[in-house]
Amino acid sequence: MKTLNSNRKIKIDIKTYALIIALLFIWLLFGSLTGGIFFSSRNLSNLLRQMTIVSFLSIGMTLVIITGNIDLSVGSVTGFIGVIAAYLQAVMLPEILPGLFPSLSAEGLGILSTIVTIIICLLVSSLVGIYQGYIIAYLKVPAFIVTLGGMLIFRGAILGVSGGRTIVPIENSLRWVAQGYLPKNLGIILVVITTMVIFLMSLRSRNKKKKYGFKIKPLNYDLMTASAYSVLVLGSVLIVNNYRGVPNPVIIMVVIAILVTYLANNTKFGRYVYALGGNIEATKFSGINVQSVIFKVFILMGLLSGVAGIVLTGYVAAGTIGGGLNYELTAIGGCVIGGTSLMGGRGTVLGALIGTLIVASLENGMSIMNMSVFWQYMVKGLVLILAVYVDVASKKNNS
Amino acid sequence: MCGENGAGKSTLVKILAGVYPNHTYEGKIYFNDEEIKFTHFSVKQAIKKGIAIVYQELALVPQLTVGENIFLGREPEDKGIINWDRLFSNTKEILKKYNLGVPFSAKLSTLSVGQQQMVEIAKALSQEIKLLILDEPTSALTEAEINSLMEILKHLKDSGVTCIYISHKLEEFFRITDNITVLRDGLVVDTIKTADTTEEKVIAMMVGREMKERFPVGNRKPGEKILEVKNLSAENISAQGKMAIKNISFDLRKGEILGIAGLMGSGRSELVTTIFGEYGKHVTGEIFLEGRPIKINSAGEAVNYGIGLIPEDRKKIGLVLMQEIYKNISLPNIRKFSNALSIDKYKELNECRKYADSLNIKTPSLFAITESLSGGNQQKVVIAKWLMSTPKILILDDPTRGIDVGTKYEIYKLINKLAGNGIAIIMISSELEEVFGMSDRILVMHEGKCTGILERKEATQEKIMALATGTKNYNGV
Repeated sequence: MKTLNSNRKIKIDIKTYALIIALLFIWLLFGSLTGGIFFSSRNLSNLLRQMTIVSFLSIGMTLVIITGNIDLSVGSVTGFIGVIAAYLQAVMLPEILPGLFPSLSAEGLGILSTIVTIIICLLVSSLVGIYQGYIIAYLKVPAFIVTLGGMLIFRGAILGVSGGRTIVPIENSLRWVAQGYLPKNLGIILVVITTMVIFLMSLRSRNKKKKYGFKIKPLNYDLMTASAYSVLVLGSVLIVNNYRGVPNPVIIMVVIAILVTYLANNTKFGRYVYALGGNIEATKFSGINVQSVIFKVFILMGLLSGVAGIVLTGYVAAGTIGGGLNYELTAIGGCVIGGTSLMGGRGTVLGALIGTLIVASLENGMSIMNMSVFWQYMVKGLVLILAVYVDVASKKNNS
Repeated sequence: MCGENGAGKSTLVKILAGVYPNHTYEGKIYFNDEEIKFTHFSVKQAIKKGIAIVYQELALVPQLTVGENIFLGREPEDKGIINWDRLFSNTKEILKKYNLGVPFSAKLSTLSVGQQQMVEIAKALSQEIKLLILDEPTSALTEAEINSLMEILKHLKDSGVTCIYISHKLEEFFRITDNITVLRDGLVVDTIKTADTTEEKVIAMMVGREMKERFPVGNRKPGEKILEVKNLSAENISAQGKMAIKNISFDLRKGEILGIAGLMGSGRSELVTTIFGEYGKHVTGEIFLEGRPIKINSAGEAVNYGIGLIPEDRKKIGLVLMQEIYKNISLPNIRKFSNALSIDKYKELNECRKYADSLNIKTPSLFAITESLSGGNQQKVVIAKWLMSTPKILILDDPTRGIDVGTKYEIYKLINKLAGNGIAIIMISSELEEVFGMSDRILVMHEGKCTGILERKEATQEKIMALATGTKNYNGV
């Protein structure tokens, strides 16, 4: 019988650990340069929230890049959905909803308006994904061109919807989604539930391994790992609770990240995404409809751009014409720093999140230090190049 | 110069033309009584000495004109600026001198394959070449183009250029050559005067190898008909208007091994890829599976009908090399371990392990990256992947190419066992002995056409080679 030792897994982990070490190094650097301000729970809480909007894009972009494609339109789509959300909330729905539901209070109408806004925005963003995905997957126009066009088209659409003006006001309920915090005791309950899930999953995987006769690690080892993850979750929540609690968008980010990670690792769809990124011909010859997989990846990307747009409008409490500008670059940068290969076939959602956190930390730290913007751009650019160089160099050493 | 696939023809001429430099081979080469040794930039050195090679695959830039291609890298220039007038007048001169019917200013992409071949020859001749090597120049040409190439080569011969001409089509030798050298297994069998020999004698020299006990004896009784192909034709995807396969008809029974023999470029792979639904769009003809007519438009449909294809180029279309072994094995079969929501990973690993063990794939772990395996073990991964899909029909396109002898024997045994279990097998092979040793029946192809289907009893290596080289009226030696 063959042993199924997981050499490969350890290798991936080393990569992830290297990323975390890089992140910690950047944090320590800023911590000392800012005299500790960087490490205040208020700043860490803000840092997490700042990364959320781009992180939705990075999560979707990971899958897009794994298939060997790219999406340059996500920043414009985010801004486009953002102004649609604002337009719905400030202009359209206040005219329609009171007539339809005369009995509702102002607050109730506000919540209803937010729900309707979210549904419509997600629908529109999926349509954007369907439109771009169809052209890329079925009409075979290169993704670079389709989404470069999309970048201009949706930037133009932003101006069309907003008429060049900033759209206000935004309902309190939508602002709560992006600006609010989870009550501190709820945060603790969340930690307890998460811990239980971590331990249960660890035990379930042991049972499965036993059932099929695979080698299992000592019980203590698995319990230790599970405990370590639990402590990490608890620690993070305690830090942000020290300020105001877990920011709502961070919860949305974590939930989406877990869902997409699951999709990538535990479903047929995810397996096909990696396989076709690694070798599209071999995947096709294995009887897999590669066009439909690419199509779906772009729909998911559109949907996540929609989420980013909604949170963006809630966060700035307005629909602005500059919304989402350059987000595509930060998202792609985050993915690449996080180890996603632009050649396709490699990458993880977790890596992309850490990559995005690194970029967000750089922005945050340099802002606290009052570094001028021109330096900020240059540092971000150099870090991106450095990250890819490290990746390329380490691959050369392997082969 | 002729010989079956893998006899060493291309390797030999590549040494002569400096593609493989001095230190990669042993022995000495004399050209005009002078020993030649090519070291660095050896192709350029060879050209300077007067030796040039024209490859089977053309090495030209489609977006440039004929003249630009001929003088690529050595454009006539005045103080760093290209002198276009001189370039094109030189081009015209060369084309006229050797009687090559190609417009000098046409873009290469607008020319036919035959004309492009002539440009390649012109390019070689523009450099005062004394020895011109042509490696299977006619494999992509039409009958008319071959005829004009023959004329050109005769003209060259008369003007004092020596040629080494490699081909799979024997009748061409008798049209233009003076001597024929036959290669087999990297050795020269003999060099004979063309006038003193016949096609039959050359065929005997090409195959003349005793059959060793290299093939396991299969114990099979082919059952009822499972697949029937009628008049299948497909247009060549890389050369419009040319057919890759023409009017091919055959049937296949359960538990039978149908061998497909044919030389490189005879349309073997195109035939099976067409059946698998992944070759081009212009396909005509009928396919019947278990008596019912079916249309296969994609690999996905083929898999659903229970057809598996182990492709010729396992690195390009057989495997996702950067992925783990188990992911490759389960790629066409994930449906078996998953519902809409999740893959049962441990069930998957367990199944993969069964197949990996039964095929004896040598690896420390199923998590190893497929790229790290040897060629033979990679091929076993491809086989495992398709066995897991429990196909009714398994197509193997040159399954032992580039695989060591021990693993080859294992694969032969496995193929026999599969056929014994009732799977219908189509097996393409580049090695004549292999098709001959393994198959119940042998379908022979030549230039996209089926030139014959031989029962094992009536088949001889000479007969197969005669059909594969398109020799008419073969009567044995």
